Amino acid sequence: MADKKKVIVRVKRQAGPKQEARWEEFALDWRPSMNVIIALRDIAENPLTRDGQKTTPVSYDSNCLEEICGSCAMVINGKARMACSALIDDLEQPIRIEPLSKFPVVRDLAVDRQFMFESLKRVHAWVPIDGTYDLGEGPRVSPETQEKGYPLSNCITCGSCLEVCPQVNEKNPFIGAAIISQVRLFNMHPTGAMHARERLEALMGPGGIADCANAQNCVQACPKGIPLTESIAEVNRQVWKQALFGWLLG
Amino acid sequence: MRQPKIIIVGGGLAGLMATIRVAEAGVPVDLFSIVPVKRSHSVCAQGGINAAKNTKGEGDSTWKHFDDSIYGGDFLANQTLVKRMCEAAPGIIDLLDRMGVMFNRTPEGLLDYRRFGGTLYNRTAFAGATTGQQLLYALDEQVRRHEADGKVRKYEGWTFLSAVLDDAGVCRGICGMDLKSMEVKVFPADAVIFCTGGVGAVFGRSTNSVVCTGSAQAALFQQGVDYANGEFIQVHPTAIPGEDKLRLMSESARGEGGRVWVPRKPGDTRPAKSIPDAERFYFLEEWYPKYGNLVPRDIATRAIHRVVFQEKLGLAGQQAVYLDLTHIPRETLDRKLEGILEIYEKFLGVDPREEPMKVFPAMHYTMGGIWVNNEDQATNVPGIYAAGECDYQYHGANRLGANSLVSCIFGGGIAGPAAVKYAKNLEKGSESADPAIFERERKRQAAMNDALIKQDGSENPVTIWKEMGDVMSEHVTVTRYNKNLELADGKLQALAARFKKINLSDRTQWSNQTLNFTRELGNMLVLARVMTLGALARNESRGAHYKPDYPDRDDANFLKTTRAKWVNGEIKLTYEAVDTSHIPPRPRRYDVAQ
Repeated sequence: MADKKKVIVRVKRQAGPKQEARWEEFALDWRPSMNVIIALRDIAENPLTRDGQKTTPVSYDSNCLEEICGSCAMVINGKARMACSALIDDLEQPIRIEPLSKFPVVRDLAVDRQFMFESLKRVHAWVPIDGTYDLGEGPRVSPETQEKGYPLSNCITCGSCLEVCPQVNEKNPFIGAAIISQVRLFNMHPTGAMHARERLEALMGPGGIADCANAQNCVQACPKGIPLTESIAEVNRQVWKQALFGWLLG
Repeated sequence: MRQPKIIIVGGGLAGLMATIRVAEAGVPVDLFSIVPVKRSHSVCAQGGINAAKNTKGEGDSTWKHFDDSIYGGDFLANQTLVKRMCEAAPGIIDLLDRMGVMFNRTPEGLLDYRRFGGTLYNRTAFAGATTGQQLLYALDEQVRRHEADGKVRKYEGWTFLSAVLDDAGVCRGICGMDLKSMEVKVFPADAVIFCTGGVGAVFGRSTNSVVCTGSAQAALFQQGVDYANGEFIQVHPTAIPGEDKLRLMSESARGEGGRVWVPRKPGDTRPAKSIPDAERFYFLEEWYPKYGNLVPRDIATRAIHRVVFQEKLGLAGQQAVYLDLTHIPRETLDRKLEGILEIYEKFLGVDPREEPMKVFPAMHYTMGGIWVNNEDQATNVPGIYAAGECDYQYHGANRLGANSLVSCIFGGGIAGPAAVKYAKNLEKGSESADPAIFERERKRQAAMNDALIKQDGSENPVTIWKEMGDVMSEHVTVTRYNKNLELADGKLQALAARFKKINLSDRTQWSNQTLNFTRELGNMLVLARVMTLGALARNESRGAHYKPDYPDRDDANFLKTTRAKWVNGEIKLTYEAVDTSHIPPRPRRYDVAQ
């Protein structure tokens, strides 16, 4: 009897934030439509390395498994992407799975992306409503504005754009394309636009939009196809306008 | 005056709405969530949110929305709350619109509405086919704003283990676990609102996210919080089968004109597009001419099962039917449905604009959940509230599509102020509770963790979970037979026995996901039995609960809510009357107009 077809997976393991990283290799039974999440579940069900050593299940973040919650971003065969939509048959073996490198590792493939949520606070990424009581309908929005805004509002805060950005590193806390694109979104909304200035000012300081060096990796890496470079260019124009004329218009 | 303190567990739509309302009342909130709240399962809702705004000149009204919901739910829902929800829905849409949700628009710049299942009106507001994501983000942004103002404190990456109850049975806080450090800690509060979502993981594979385990509900149940109508499980007619997940294909695909069909000839292997119209069986349109492809989900799901299992017309003999959008212009599809089309394309490598999609029903939603009153989302335990999918109100025996988002926001929206009112009226707050009750609960939970970590058995938690999912999916979903339900219950008890021999294969005390999953699994095994026993006892067919041996609705014996209680470590079923004060029950038929 021929051996069952195997999938060879190498996982970068790290027991905790301060521990050394090491690689473990696994040989899993191939099945049709297998993705990286299924591979990680197989390991959890039978935590044995390829050479038969007992190990622990791999820690990783996941939730929706349909590329809309943003949890399962990791580096697969050198590329930042969502594990749920990474189909095994499309990947060269051995498949190398590593945590995102621009965020602190919690354990194994699980990382802490709190930086992004804090950044959303910093740029006031919201429409400041007066309250949830009944104040009637919202402002009218043209279909054209909606069609521009909707793709921007699809950002899942996965961190892929930060992972591939050469400007994001330990020495430079660049806020990253996702957040800049959110500024564009809120500045586009009729009510949000009334508060554009505070968002633009938040992007002027250290780690702000001036740190973008136009590598354009972000737009390639975005799993949601968000026009990130377009957003950066547009917000850059808004920031310059604010910096040059803001004090005049006061 | 004493400042009350509220805890909210769960940061999906219901939890975030409750949070906003409590923060607006000036009361501090601690918000607990397993995942960063922006990654909650509400993001997976696709098609839209219902509100009878009547913007298309069709004569729609909130009463018709109410009637459709009650009729769609086969008269099991308590009517007064549903009526209030339908009346509030247009205001909820306005609120979301003001928050900046990028809803699709008409040329005049107004919100666009589309058709959905179980109604003949264009009543569903939508943002592409990712409406849940867009709504969740809007509420997430408002909560972040309150967080930046210091009104909300988030505990993301924490899981709920149990409520802290005092000797009088009043809730005084919660016991939670930090999923990084695995620290077990207690948090006092005057009231706690649970918005912990769905139960998909009980069925192994479903359209739900990984965190939808029902663990919190089951933990509360074992502490005396009643659980109602657990047997009512919605199986969505159209999903993409997968080993890790059954990915939803929104009802909005049919709302925009998608058609469900199979070749008339069994085992026909010709490419879909080459099969002439006359040789296609559009079974929903033939069987239900009035509603066609937009019959409610329970009806569509049973029709697909009938076509596949009884008439043996599944595609190429397999468990699948076509969901066909290829007759709709590409531009329309991209503007209104892109999100779901991308899912199909990414996971199957086929463009659904060119080829009909292959779909099959999948466990999707629980109508049942934590018992709450007919007034303000309070449970039977003082100080505990529940809202969103985890409660049992609003949907009766079957939920209409696009009613879940509105029920989450409505329920969360009334639970927040109700909890504040309760907390403010308390004579003595959690600060004056006996400190021993907190330490007692913390020790009890920590001991359960220790026991699991040290346990040296031979069973694997993932294996037990998969077996539970298989049993539940096979016997406790679309078609139910009493002998199979008895079999399922026996199997669940056997799994619970095997659970005691689990080996975690991870004994570390840092970010131990296996430990957390195993705790959840233990709770799921209890909830699975609540559902199974509820189904076993209900000898009728109503909405999503279908027994071929009892094919009709039996109002004389079963127009009543199942209310499960935990009595001395056993599940005990009780029943109570349904509020039918507005619309008298009538037969439910979708082959003719109502």
